[in-house]
Amino acid sequence: MDNIAGSKSSLTWAVHISVVLLVALWLFPTVGLFVSSFRTADQISTSGWWKAAFPSVQNLTLRTAPPTDQVQEGDLYVIEGDLFEAGKTVSVSRFGVSSKAHDAFAAGETAPLRKGGEVTVDSGGHYRMTNTEPFTGSRGQRIFVTAKTPPEFTLENYYNVLFDPSNREGMAKAFFNTLTVTIPATIIPILIAAFAAYALAWMEFPGRALLIAAIVGLLVVPLQLALIPLLKLHNDIGIGKGYLGVWLAHTGFGLPLAIYLLRNYMVGLPRDIIENARVDGASDFQIFLKIILPLSFPALASFAIFQFLWTWNDLLVALVFLIDSTGETTVMTKQIVELLGTRGGNWEILATSAFVSIAVPLMVFFAMQKYLVRGLLAGSVK
Amino acid sequence: MNPALQGLITIILGVGGCVGYFYFSNQFLDKVLFPPRGEHAGRNINRANMIRPWLFLLPALLALGLYLAYPVVETLRLSLSERITMADGSTTYKFVWLDNYRQMANEPKFWEAMRNNIMWLLVVPALATAFGLLAAQLTDRIRWGSIAKSLIFMPMAISFVGAAVIFKLVYDARPIEQEQIGILNALYLYFGGTEPKAWLTIPIWNNFFLMAVLVWIQTGFAMVILSAALRGIPEETIEAAIVDGANPFQVFFKIKVPQIVGTIVVVWTTITIVVLKVFDIVFAMTNGQWGTQVLANYMYDKLFRANDWGVGSAAAMVIMLLVTPILVWNVRNARREMK
Repeated sequence: MDNIAGSKSSLTWAVHISVVLLVALWLFPTVGLFVSSFRTADQISTSGWWKAAFPSVQNLTLRTAPPTDQVQEGDLYVIEGDLFEAGKTVSVSRFGVSSKAHDAFAAGETAPLRKGGEVTVDSGGHYRMTNTEPFTGSRGQRIFVTAKTPPEFTLENYYNVLFDPSNREGMAKAFFNTLTVTIPATIIPILIAAFAAYALAWMEFPGRALLIAAIVGLLVVPLQLALIPLLKLHNDIGIGKGYLGVWLAHTGFGLPLAIYLLRNYMVGLPRDIIENARVDGASDFQIFLKIILPLSFPALASFAIFQFLWTWNDLLVALVFLIDSTGETTVMTKQIVELLGTRGGNWEILATSAFVSIAVPLMVFFAMQKYLVRGLLAGSVK
Repeated sequence: MNPALQGLITIILGVGGCVGYFYFSNQFLDKVLFPPRGEHAGRNINRANMIRPWLFLLPALLALGLYLAYPVVETLRLSLSERITMADGSTTYKFVWLDNYRQMANEPKFWEAMRNNIMWLLVVPALATAFGLLAAQLTDRIRWGSIAKSLIFMPMAISFVGAAVIFKLVYDARPIEQEQIGILNALYLYFGGTEPKAWLTIPIWNNFFLMAVLVWIQTGFAMVILSAALRGIPEETIEAAIVDGANPFQVFFKIKVPQIVGTIVVVWTTITIVVLKVFDIVFAMTNGQWGTQVLANYMYDKLFRANDWGVGSAAAMVIMLLVTPILVWNVRNARREMK
């Protein structure tokens, strides 16, 4: 079938090119964020991420060595050194000694200093400060340079977001909170749903068709409807806002899909196996535990991935049922929305935080894509 | 208590409780209530088998009833009542008929949300399905198609909030004298635009920039389902068409698409449901400013910022009402299939 329609070679090429374009279009936004998370704040704000692999021209503020490093050469006091770390190939085009005239001098020229003396910066970033009197003060001279710096990537953003002890962004805590929400909220509905799905698939009782129809209906009920009544209920029975509430809520909201997926799968299992087991005197409970459950592993895995992705990525349920005014139980999605509001310009923090939260679902996605696809195919109402 | 420990205990209690419940309730039924021996053995077996399905279903039914069915009724009630705080701090609810709906209908923000939701409904399912169909058809015919597929499918795993950050960077705008770091503005200037645009603040159009995020996420879903459907088409029909001299486009539009119309409708309706509930994208990117309000965010605003439960519940009922046709259609299909 492939080669029939694609037998014209020009058309085959058109197909290849279109797919490349489509994939690029779909990948580009994510790659942008990914690349940005490895760049410094200066780099992000001075050039687009697509230029990250090329040298960029930046305006930098650097400092010379402090006066304690000065040496005497004849009757001159000299401080000499490099503005950049050794091994970096930079080319300084202009420099200055005050923020108002940050590009007043070309590289190689000599600039007078406000407190006396003069300084020369060459294009390699090497500087030489001279004065007839000793340099005073405790800190080095500020030098403003316009320099072309080589592409550079850093892990510092990740260190700051995840391990910085002051940790203003709170992403490390939010990461563990998200995990705490996700795992019980994934495991508990599976078990409840598996039993119900077995009953709906393999047991005869009046009202079965009606129940299945009801579950198909509940599949699409917007969870927006559940917010107020359940919050009210949680407050009335004393759960309030917290982990227990969010676990229960996720369990409830995940059940229709779980039951629907598992039932569809279990119905397709061979009837012979189950009838034989019945004839051999196995009880329903034994059949379920020893035959159905192991055979249904693919469907269980599908649902587990769905529920994991959904609870990990969720914002609304966490906002309503979990996060109280203390903010101790905040999750990553909420943290990121908060960062978007308060630090919308700090792309290095935003990009890194977002990627920390995206990384886990992406790993799950690529590792278990097979089950995800299978689940999607079984779960979309035919 | 440490939340991680609490989580662990919950897993143990939850899983153990479930298994324990199922095991002991079955034991109780078989050993105590209706033992399959003695003079009524036959009758007892029958009775036990009548009750057993309900033992299996009970926890699920309780959870579904409490967490999905009861809220629908309760939200309906709340949308028809007004919450009054009494002098002693307690609250009561006064039945006010359709007052909340009337109040909502008088708010321009509500109509803005309705207008935007309708635009979302028209644009997102159509574009996502179209792109999905295109991607499915193209990737099915090349050798590296499965890699291409998984890359287009990838956004499905990314949260709406993560996607919001990703696209905020795409839409970022800097003053003209600085270098642009948002790719859209960089391209816009490169192709002759005069001034960088703050895309998310341009009325009406900004809605489409938000919709792009959801299309980006949902296309993968559409592609996966439609690709499976395309593969299910019997080959004879395609071969016959080619023998009759149909070109590839005719084969696609006249032979393949008509055979997967059912699946296309399913994809379309599934994405429609997602669109009706869209909240995170708007909440994170514009929070309904600059004319981008949608129903779900409007409802959240009413419930948790204005603290107006009546109007908030009314907005939730509007979402429910919009979902209902699809709900009925799905249920009817499911019932037909079971027969």
